[in-house]
Amino acid sequence: MSQEKVVKTTTDIDSLRSEIRDKSVRVIDVRREEDYKKDHIPTAVNLPLANLLSDDSPERVQKLVNSMGIDDETSVVVYDDTFGALASRVAWTLEYLGHSDVSLLETTYGNWKSLGLEKDDVIPEIQKKEHSINLRPEILATSDYLESAKEKKGVILVDNRERLNYLEQHIPGAISLPYRTLASSDKILRPKEDMKRLLDNRGISGDSEIITYCGSVGTLSGLAYYALKSVGLPNAKLYVRSFKEWKSLSKPTEKQEDANYWDLSAE
Amino acid sequence: MASNLKQSRPKPKKGKINWARNQEADFFANTVKLYRQGKYDSDSFRRFRLQHGAYGTRLADDYAMVRIKLPAGEIYPNQIERISQLSEQFSIGSAHFSTRENIQLHWVVLEDVSEILRGLSEVGLTSREACGNTVRNVMCSPLSGVCPDEEFDATPYALATARFFLRNPMAQNLPRKFKFNFTCCEKHGMVRMVDVGLIPQTREQNGTTQKGFKIFLGGGLGNKSFVGHQLEEFTPEEDLLYTSIAVMRIFDRLGDRKNLARNRMRYLVNDMGWEKFQNLVLKERAIVRATQSVVTRLNVDDTPNEIKRPIRVSDESGSTTIDGYARWLKGNTFKQKQQGYYSVFVTLEAGDITSNQLHVLSELIQDFSSEGLARAGFSQNISLRYVHEDDLPYLYTKLLSAGLAKSGSLTMSAPIGCSGTTSCNLALTNSHRLAKEIQRKFLELKLDEDDDLRDSSIKISGCPNSCGQHGIATIGFFGGGGRVDKDMYPNYMMQLGGRSDGETMLGISCLRVPAKRVIPVILKIIDVFKENKKPDDDLKSWIHRVVNGIDDSKIKSVNDLKEILTPLTLPPSKTEDPDFYADYGSDTSYHTKTGKGECAA
Ligand code: SF4
Repeated sequence: MSQEKVVKTTTDIDSLRSEIRDKSVRVIDVRREEDYKKDHIPTAVNLPLANLLSDDSPERVQKLVNSMGIDDETSVVVYDDTFGALASRVAWTLEYLGHSDVSLLETTYGNWKSLGLEKDDVIPEIQKKEHSINLRPEILATSDYLESAKEKKGVILVDNRERLNYLEQHIPGAISLPYRTLASSDKILRPKEDMKRLLDNRGISGDSEIITYCGSVGTLSGLAYYALKSVGLPNAKLYVRSFKEWKSLSKPTEKQEDANYWDLSAE
Repeated sequence: MASNLKQSRPKPKKGKINWARNQEADFFANTVKLYRQGKYDSDSFRRFRLQHGAYGTRLADDYAMVRIKLPAGEIYPNQIERISQLSEQFSIGSAHFSTRENIQLHWVVLEDVSEILRGLSEVGLTSREACGNTVRNVMCSPLSGVCPDEEFDATPYALATARFFLRNPMAQNLPRKFKFNFTCCEKHGMVRMVDVGLIPQTREQNGTTQKGFKIFLGGGLGNKSFVGHQLEEFTPEEDLLYTSIAVMRIFDRLGDRKNLARNRMRYLVNDMGWEKFQNLVLKERAIVRATQSVVTRLNVDDTPNEIKRPIRVSDESGSTTIDGYARWLKGNTFKQKQQGYYSVFVTLEAGDITSNQLHVLSELIQDFSSEGLARAGFSQNISLRYVHEDDLPYLYTKLLSAGLAKSGSLTMSAPIGCSGTTSCNLALTNSHRLAKEIQRKFLELKLDEDDDLRDSSIKISGCPNSCGQHGIATIGFFGGGGRVDKDMYPNYMMQLGGRSDGETMLGISCLRVPAKRVIPVILKIIDVFKENKKPDDDLKSWIHRVVNGIDDSKIKSVNDLKEILTPLTLPPSKTEDPDFYADYGSDTSYHTKTGKGECAA
C-alpha cells in the first residue's frame, strides 16, 4: 500500500461542515475585510488576497500563517466568492511555504449562502501557532525558469486568460485554456472525469511538466493549477507573476495576426 | 424582486425534438486525435469537420467556428442558457446570430469542439450538417404562426423537413450545400433567393380547404445570384416531401461536382433552362411518388404550442413613459394576429450577443413569452413572441438593464454584416464592424424613427460571396481592396435596389465606396431621396424606380446618383488622411490577405 497521503484538491460542503463542528479545520476567507465582517462561514479567519499580495515573501507568509493559528499539521480549507481563483492563489502560497494539508472549498461563498447554509459575523479568537518554512520550489515558475523550460520538449505552457486576450497577445508556445472552462455550473472545478476528458483532448496529460499563467498575479492560473491537481497530474507549476511581469520584462510575445476578432465581441 | 421572479418561475418549457446524437461528440474528439496523429488526411478531415458543423477560421488552422442549427429558428430557454455557458467556456464570451437561424461560436480551439457538441447534445441541439455539402439549417419565418397575412403556420412543416433530412443518407454528399426556407407570406422572409423556398397557401376543393405551398426553386445569393422560379400554381402538402426529394435527386445526379464555383443548384437550373428543369422535377416527382414506400412521409406535428401568459408574483408593470420606450416599441415590435399579443425583436449589433446577455434572455423568455420559447429573427437577431401587450413596458425595462433594448431591430438601422475579417478566411474587409458602425450612426441620428426608411435595408458582405446578403439589400455592399499607387485601402462595391419580396430583384451596381466613406455616402443617398421623393414614397420605392430608370425626378438612373456620390469617394493622399487607408478595427495600413475558402457565412 502506498504511504502517500491522498492529495485532496477540494473539500465538499458536507465535509467542511462536519470538520467545522469537530473543530478539526482552519477555514480561510480571502474576501475583502468589509465583506468578511458582514458574514462568513462560521469559525473562518480573514486573509484578504490583497493583504497577502502586498508582501508574499516566505517570512511574511509564515507570520500570517502563524497568526491564523496554522501549524504544519493543521487542515486548512480556503474559500472566496470569485469562482475559486483568489482562494487558489492563497492555497498555492501555503503549499509553496510547505503546508501540505490545504484544499479549496468546492463552491463559492455566494453559492454557500444561496443554499441557506450557516453563516456568522463572529470573528474568532485565534491562538498563534508555529509553522515551519519548507519551500517547495518545484511548484513555482519564475520568468527565467519559464524562458528556458518552455523550449524543452514535453513542457506545456497554459494561458488561462480569456480567449480574446490570448489571441491578442500571449507567451510564445502557450496554449489557451480560459479559466471559465474549468468550472461546472455550481462547482469551482468540473467533476474529475469531465476535467480529465477536457484536458486529455487538449493533450494535457501524463507526466508532462505543465506551467500555468494568467494576466497578473496568478489567480486564474492558480485555479488552473488546482484543476490539474484535481485529476492527479503530478507536475504542475504556477508562473505566479504571470503575463504582467513577462511584458514588463519585454520578453517576446506572440499574436494572432490579420484577424479582427475583437469586433466579434458584443462587450 | 429578482429572487421573487426566480421562485415563481415554473419549469421552463423544453424542445419536443431532440436534434442531437450523444455519440457524435466522442466520435468527433477521436477523429481530431487521429487527424493530429496524421492518421487522417486533411481533405477527409475537413469534410468530416464540416459535416459536423465546424468551419475553419481565418488564417488559423487550430481554431474552428461551431455553427449551431436552430431548425425553424426555434430555441428554448435551457438551450440559450447552455449556449451562454459554452460561449464563455470555449469561445470568446460572445455568440453570434447568423442570417440563417444558426448561432455561431467563433475562435473555438479545434480540440474543444467535441466538448461543445457534448454540451449541445445535453439540451437537444446539434451542429450536424450546419456546414458542408448537406441540407443546411431549414429556416422558417420568425413570424410564422403569428403573421396576419399567412394562410397557415408553416413551422411544423419546416421542423418535419429538417427532421427528415438530418443524418439522412441521401443528404450526406450532395454536389454542394442545399437550403430550404419556409416563410409566412410574400412580404416576410426570402423564398426566391434559396434552393427551395416555400410559402404556405390554401385552396378550396370540393368544399374542403386544402393546405399546400407555393414552391420556388433554384434561387440563391452568391458570387452570382439568381431569382428562383415557381414550380407550379399549387403544391398540395402531401406532395411537399416528394417534391423536395425529387429536386434533391436531380441535383445529386446532375449537379456540377467539379467546379466548386458553379455547383449550387441555381447554376444547374440556369444552364439547363427553367422549363426543362421544371419538367424534370415533375417527372422525377412522379417516380418518387410511385416508388417510395408508404412510410416515407413527413412527420408533421400539428399540435399547437400551448400559449400561457407567464404568471409572475411581481405586479410590477413598468412604465410606458420610461425613456425611449415609444421609440423601441415602434422599431422592435410586431403586432400579432392574436389579439393582445406582440412579437418583440431584440436588436443586436451585427448578430453579436454576450454570454451574460444570453443568460438574461433565457430568463426573459420564461418570464415574458407565452409560448415559452424564442425564434431566431430575420436579420441576425432574436425574437420573443406572444408577449402580452400589458407586459411590454416591463419587458423593455428588463431589456434595458441588460443592454438589449437598442431600437430599430425591424428597421433600416439594423444592418447585416457577415463575419468578414473577424473570422472568415475569404474576407477582404471588416464588414462585421462596418455594420456595427452604421448602426451606431443611424441610432445616434435617430434614423430608426424615420418611417420613410423603415422598410429599407443595408446588408454588407466582406467579399463578393454573399453571406451578408448584399444582393437583396436596398443598399448593399461587398468588400474588396482599392489602391492609390502602392497604397491599398478597404473598399466596397455598392449595389442599390435589391429586394427579396414579391418583386424580388438583385441590386444594381452603383459605384465603389471606400470603407471610411460608406457612412457619408449612405447619408447622402438619404438626403438626395428626401429632396426628390414624392409625398408617399419611402426610400425603398424611390430607389426601386431609380434603378429601373422609371423615376421622373431629377434622379433618373443609378448613373445620376453615381455622379452625385462620386466626389465623396475620392481617396485623399495617405499623408493627408492615414485613417482612410486602415480598415475599421485595425490601426495599421490595409492589406488583403485570405486563406482557403470553405464558404463561411
Ligand atoms: S465568404 Fe461570406 S462570410 Fe466570408 S467575407 Fe465573404 S461574404 Fe463574408
